[in-house]
Amino acid sequence: MNVKKKKADWVSKIPKWAWLLISLVVAIAFWTLLSLGEKTSRAFPPLLEVFSSYTKMAVDRDVFWGDVASSLTSAGIGFLLGFVIGVPVAFLMAWYRPFRFIVEPWIQFVRNIPPLAYVPLVVIAVGVGRTPQIVVICLATFLTICITVFQGVINVDETLIKAARVLGANDTLLFVRVIFPATTPFIITAIRLGISVALTTLIAAESTGATAGLGMRIRALSSSFEVEPMMLYIIVVGIIGMAAEKILKFFERRLTAWQEKREI
Amino acid sequence: MAGEARDLRKIKVQIKDVEKVYEGRNGRTVALNGVNLDIYDNEFICVVGPSGCGKSTLLNIIAGLHEPTAGEVLVDGVKVEGTGVDRGVVFQQYALFPWLTVKKNVEFGLRIKKLPKEEQEAIAMKYIKMVGLEKFVNAYPKELSGGMKQRVAIARAYAVNPSILLMDEPFGALDAQTRTQLQTELLRTWEEEQKTCFFITHDVEEAILLASRVVVMSARPGRIKEVIDINIPYPRNQETKMLPEFTELKNYIWGMVYKEYLEVQK
Repeated sequence: MNVKKKKADWVSKIPKWAWLLISLVVAIAFWTLLSLGEKTSRAFPPLLEVFSSYTKMAVDRDVFWGDVASSLTSAGIGFLLGFVIGVPVAFLMAWYRPFRFIVEPWIQFVRNIPPLAYVPLVVIAVGVGRTPQIVVICLATFLTICITVFQGVINVDETLIKAARVLGANDTLLFVRVIFPATTPFIITAIRLGISVALTTLIAAESTGATAGLGMRIRALSSSFEVEPMMLYIIVVGIIGMAAEKILKFFERRLTAWQEKREI
Repeated sequence: MAGEARDLRKIKVQIKDVEKVYEGRNGRTVALNGVNLDIYDNEFICVVGPSGCGKSTLLNIIAGLHEPTAGEVLVDGVKVEGTGVDRGVVFQQYALFPWLTVKKNVEFGLRIKKLPKEEQEAIAMKYIKMVGLEKFVNAYPKELSGGMKQRVAIARAYAVNPSILLMDEPFGALDAQTRTQLQTELLRTWEEEQKTCFFITHDVEEAILLASRVVVMSARPGRIKEVIDINIPYPRNQETKMLPEFTELKNYIWGMVYKEYLEVQK
């Protein structure tokens, strides 16, 4: 609900896509302004140069799509594993208190350590190659997903559980027909946060001696002071994140249409 | 109805020396202390009393959602252990499953019973019609008003055909007009399809209008103070409230509840 409903009316008259366009124009203008400044132009080269560096990376060096594929593979597998482990662990924590009391402190503990800090340990443990990348991303997404889903499960309305019980539900049915559906909005939030964590962990994950990948390339380009392609790669990471978000939104609308939601 | 005549009727629920003690961080709280009550078959019992007198605790114990610390509850002579579909519950906060449509909510218990699909649908439709929500069969709870939500909850409780209906301040969260409407509907339904009702309310008028007997509870510790026969014949409707005996009962019961309320304030 918009607080300043009346004053904001002209805002809703402009369609969503137009707002997106305006936002893009503003960003490009801002960027161009920065690219004109003497000092800021070092970090923000003219946009055209950034985009034309695509040819350099994709054609001359022929690494661009390989990097994208490599990163998507690591992030995808890591995320999926983190999800597959995180959701059951979260439910188990909510269902069985001793398990929660033993596991939860450590999840909270590891969660606040930057992944970059434990990357060397992962490399020592599993060696170089794709495995350490997947392990690092899996660990980071697991922690986020687990905590979020757990919050969802313990927030399930007590009276819904009572209502299911008096209608004859046993433990299994209670889980399948009540707790699980009641938790779906949180599971979707967990997926959203998980995707975001998987992408932000890429740089750390690919500092394990990776030979390809967006994160690895950004580091390599930064050490050779190639700002234009580096910017291009940074933008690509952002685009991947937004695309994932859009796809998720699509499913979210279908799965949680029943939710009472505030329009923002 | 004379007292002797009722004694011949079948006892449906027996509440025997029920005691409930909560051990909390702030020490022991005696929620219920030595509660005894026989509820007859197809009787409509209303329970009134100040907040914190253990009304809801008693209902939860009959439902099998809570266990008594001492004593027991017998339904048809069998000790209550856990919930059972012979005892339906309607909660104050509706407790509809928000991800299910009206129809799916009403079918919830029938699906657990594993009835054939067509039968589930037929029963669900019957009770949705009973509460007048045919037009909202496929609506989600978020699209319904409070009164409509509670109608769905009542239909859902009826659908599994319990012999006892336990209602915990079901109309407490509704506005006066909707409440009046739902009271009338509930009376009509109960007169049509007799069930043993155990109805909690803080509204004395509501209690007298609905009940064949009103149970007044006292607080801290919660126990039954008095059981009052409401000798106003059914069918009743909102006009029943204008009868002189209604006013008389109202003054009497309200006075008693108010005294209890003052006790709690001390």
